[in-house]
Amino acid sequence: MAVTGLILIAFLLMHMFGNLKMFIGPESFNHYAEWLKGQSADGGILYPVLPAGWFIWLFRIVLLAAVVLHMYSAITLWNRALAANPSSYEAKRKLAQTYSARTMRWGGIILAGLLIFHLLQFTVHATLVAGPFDGSPYDMVVGEFKIWWLVAVYAIWMVTVCMHIRHGFWSAFATLGANTSAKARAVLNGCAWAVALILYIGFMIMPVAVLFGWIGA
Amino acid sequence: MMTTTKPVATTENALPGADYFTLGAEIADAKAPAGPIEQKWSKRQFEAKLVNPANRRKLTVIIVGTGLAGGAAAASLGEAGYNVLNFCYQDSPRRAHSIAAQGGINAAKNYRNDNDSTYRLFYDTVKGGDYRARETNVYRLAEVSANIIDQCVAQGVPFAREYGGLLDNRSFGGVQVQRTFYARGQTGQQLLIGAYQALERQVAAGTVKMYARHEMLELIVVDGRARGIVTRDMVTGEIESWTADAVVLATGGYGNVFFLSTNAMGCNVTATWRAHRKGAYFGNPCYTQIHPTCIPVHGETQSKLTLMSESLRNDGRIWVPKRAEDCDKDPRQIPEEDRDYYLERIYPAFGNLVPRDIASRQAKNMCDEGRGVGPAVREIDHDGNERMVRRGVYLDFAEAIGRLGADGVAARYGNLFDMYAQITGENPYETPMRIYPAVHYTMGGLWVDYDLSSNIPGLYVTGEANFSDHGANRLGASALMQGLADGYFVLPNTINDYLAAAPYEKLDATHPAVREAVDEVKGRIEKLLAVQGTRTVDSFHKELGHIMWEYCGMERTEAGLQTAIGKIDELQKEFWANVKVTGMNEDFNQTLERAGRVADFFELGRLMCVDALHRRESCGGHFRAESQTEDGEALRHDDAFLYVGAWEFTGTGEKPVLHKEPLVYEAIELKQRSYK
Amino acid sequence: MNVTLRVWRQANAQSEGRMVTYQVQDVSPDMSFLEMLDLLNEDLTVKGEEPVAFDHDCREGICGMCGVVINGTAHGRGSSPVPTTTCQLHMRSFEDGAVIDVEPWRAGPFPVIKDLVVDRSAFDRIIQAGGYVSVNTGSAPDAHANAVGKQKADRAFDAATCIGCGACVAACPNSSGMLFTAAKITHLAMLPQGQPERHLRVKKMLAQHDAEGFGGCTNIGECAEVCPKQIPFDTISQLNRDLIASLFKRDGK
Repeated sequence: MAVTGLILIAFLLMHMFGNLKMFIGPESFNHYAEWLKGQSADGGILYPVLPAGWFIWLFRIVLLAAVVLHMYSAITLWNRALAANPSSYEAKRKLAQTYSARTMRWGGIILAGLLIFHLLQFTVHATLVAGPFDGSPYDMVVGEFKIWWLVAVYAIWMVTVCMHIRHGFWSAFATLGANTSAKARAVLNGCAWAVALILYIGFMIMPVAVLFGWIGA
Repeated sequence: MMTTTKPVATTENALPGADYFTLGAEIADAKAPAGPIEQKWSKRQFEAKLVNPANRRKLTVIIVGTGLAGGAAAASLGEAGYNVLNFCYQDSPRRAHSIAAQGGINAAKNYRNDNDSTYRLFYDTVKGGDYRARETNVYRLAEVSANIIDQCVAQGVPFAREYGGLLDNRSFGGVQVQRTFYARGQTGQQLLIGAYQALERQVAAGTVKMYARHEMLELIVVDGRARGIVTRDMVTGEIESWTADAVVLATGGYGNVFFLSTNAMGCNVTATWRAHRKGAYFGNPCYTQIHPTCIPVHGETQSKLTLMSESLRNDGRIWVPKRAEDCDKDPRQIPEEDRDYYLERIYPAFGNLVPRDIASRQAKNMCDEGRGVGPAVREIDHDGNERMVRRGVYLDFAEAIGRLGADGVAARYGNLFDMYAQITGENPYETPMRIYPAVHYTMGGLWVDYDLSSNIPGLYVTGEANFSDHGANRLGASALMQGLADGYFVLPNTINDYLAAAPYEKLDATHPAVREAVDEVKGRIEKLLAVQGTRTVDSFHKELGHIMWEYCGMERTEAGLQTAIGKIDELQKEFWANVKVTGMNEDFNQTLERAGRVADFFELGRLMCVDALHRRESCGGHFRAESQTEDGEALRHDDAFLYVGAWEFTGTGEKPVLHKEPLVYEAIELKQRSYK
Repeated sequence: MNVTLRVWRQANAQSEGRMVTYQVQDVSPDMSFLEMLDLLNEDLTVKGEEPVAFDHDCREGICGMCGVVINGTAHGRGSSPVPTTTCQLHMRSFEDGAVIDVEPWRAGPFPVIKDLVVDRSAFDRIIQAGGYVSVNTGSAPDAHANAVGKQKADRAFDAATCIGCGACVAACPNSSGMLFTAAKITHLAMLPQGQPERHLRVKKMLAQHDAEGFGGCTNIGECAEVCPKQIPFDTISQLNRDLIASLFKRDGK
């Protein structure tokens, strides 16, 4: 759970970083997209260590494995909790748990659902809202995020993702043994907030910029 | 400060209270080996018959109780390879009331290089017990004390340590050496958890079978030997018999006969009392320890009392108002000249650090004079009149806070102050604490010989449940020492002498003695359930407690004890005619559990009064009004009472028989205590 | 003061339970919560009704026997700022006229025996799995044979104060017994005497914890919040560190 979660957080940070290339311009962003897929002139990432185009598939396999294992662990934990909790309290007062911690499971399901939509949209290009994909990746992104309600959907989705990370980041480190004292706990939770906020801002700034015509106008 | 006793010729030929008992044969020998005192234990260990390790698993030992004495014994006998059956009434062996001991455990390690030795620990313990303990047992206790610390540390007990990584010691209970090992204010808890872990290790290894929520209700005696017990499964109500080659009772003390005490709610006398009824002698039942620094009673619904470590008296000053009319005033508004620091006034040399019994008795005296503080509680006086009395005295830290600062006081006593604030809702940093004595420990218990065997062969008694090591008063930090000494080191080296002749004839549930014991238990339960009267068990228990506290507590008189016996008899009669026990046996039934215990407390309470009545001397924690010096201090009578009173049960309603075991002091000189 | 109690009544493990409402009159603010229940039970007994069963013993907050969920908080809190055991919660922490819900610990590994009484023997079995140092009586070296740094000794002590009451499980949304298990792991891991069996211990105890049916820890923190002995939350990370380290050791599986 912890290891796969941290892999996914690392991926999100990289993904966010890539997205920000939108601000540099179409060439940069399109080249980046091709480079990842091994379609650029230089053979792309890790060429010639790997044949061109292999990296993206290895990368996708690792990510898929991480997602599957993450969900498998989550379902196992959930099942164990359900088995260990056959009856519920008439009254229950929460003292320590945060909203993020409490919503890890249902929140996780919701964000997984939206993830599928997101992949169908930008990776498979099956659910593109603005119409079939025929231009560059840059044009596709600009085209999609011109639609205000799609940006709103993404804004909400990213709230669920970042809340998940708010608890997940700290929890992953605690599971790996980093919660060594009350002070360490404060630091980890601070980092969790920071990562969640950075991801939220980093991911949302580009679609908002597109929507308001600051880029790709 | 000691002065040699002059023989006092005040005792008459007939023992006081002779109408209530008959005198039996003296106990000639407690079976300690001959020879110099420092060689007795190793001699006994060498002479004891051994059991071949291969034969041990064929022998079964029942141990009742899982505290320091029982848990340690069960673990040790399990490790030795015996087949152990261990019982406790709580839901887990880790709950035994040894867990509540705060202060520490004594051991003659002499880590402080301050002249401590086995002999000095022995000497202090006998003196602290006011020369009413058996010296051979106490010497052995001091001898094995050092091994206890080694054993506990090896188990992972987190004793307090210094920055150098070595164990810290403090001085405790008024002794002049630093020999007390401690784990913050939770020494008992940590030692018990150590024993519990050792016990659970044996449970996992299969040598010990643990039966929690099982209460022993009868002893099975066959051909004069203890051969088993009858228990009630407290969840299902099932009455079961268990047989073995030997039985060990480690069931703690009986302070709950007073209803209010620092004991846990479930502490009871039933196991030892049932054994007593089957022939085991009860030693010195009237020896009770009253602890001076407990949180006072808040009202009639109080269920138990909480002790605070007596280390508080090192810095706190005890006082009451000089005038009764000041007693309901805010103590901070009472000027210095209107306060009576009575311990400092009466005992200028020792002041607030006088021994437990003296501090306790003087607090009672102040309250009896009407100068107590705190809420007034309803009492019935000796003439049967209701009265409202304030039962509390101030323990004031204002001077200490001025001297050390609030932080300095918090560093020493912070956890105790927090506990006090939690219970009373008052802030002891601002307003003086209120304290009052409470029953804390019972030195009396089943009589045992040097081997910890009762007079019934095969019945061993360890820890607080036996009478042997503390005489008439127990020193601080000695209870933990005794429990673990008995459990880890003494019993496992003496019980083999008895088991060497085992296995004894196999008994099954159809054996007449087993059936009879089971039927007795069932009959008693049916009888309790059949009464269906109108009074609750607790109301009887409280009334019995009031009688015991009033007449057999800190100060006793001949007339008072006689009154008490009459009142107990009456109350007991009413109990069996009018008690209300709800529910049924075949269920989790806490009312039934309590009813059985209270029924035994009546019989014990009566015997305590008879014992107190016959012992017309003031010794240890017991002030006998007829035996005092001209200035009102305790007066011991070594000429007449230098013996253990071991009582034999002769039948319900029959007079008990007193067997005296003379106390012989060869290694120590008798002295009279003086603290003036 | 007077209070209204809604108490969980359940005849035995097999039967269905329900909340039953009782009025308790003339409650003194100085009473402990359990003394208030005593008052209720005295009243019920006189009326010929069966009293409410609840576990308790020392009533000074150390034996770990008592524990009920009061208004949704394990051991209850009322207006008291610090976590305590139920026996050390006093009625002055409640308002006159308060309505108070009283329920047993609810967790699969802690089945209800009757009313507010549950079976916590699963904790004993976790200790049996390895929560000890294997040292036979009489075989110990001198107590000063091993020095222990004060910091480690203090940390061992902080963890060792666990009273095994089960509040951590009762409060955990996952019904995890991790704080209890981690307290023992940390206690023994900090001491030189605990080192030889350290890695085997964590594996065995955790396996037993899981076998008992406790849930997994998701680092929510309710456990440490209700712990009357304030066992540090970071003991769980200590357990995790030891567990990760133990995966690279050959003892155990």
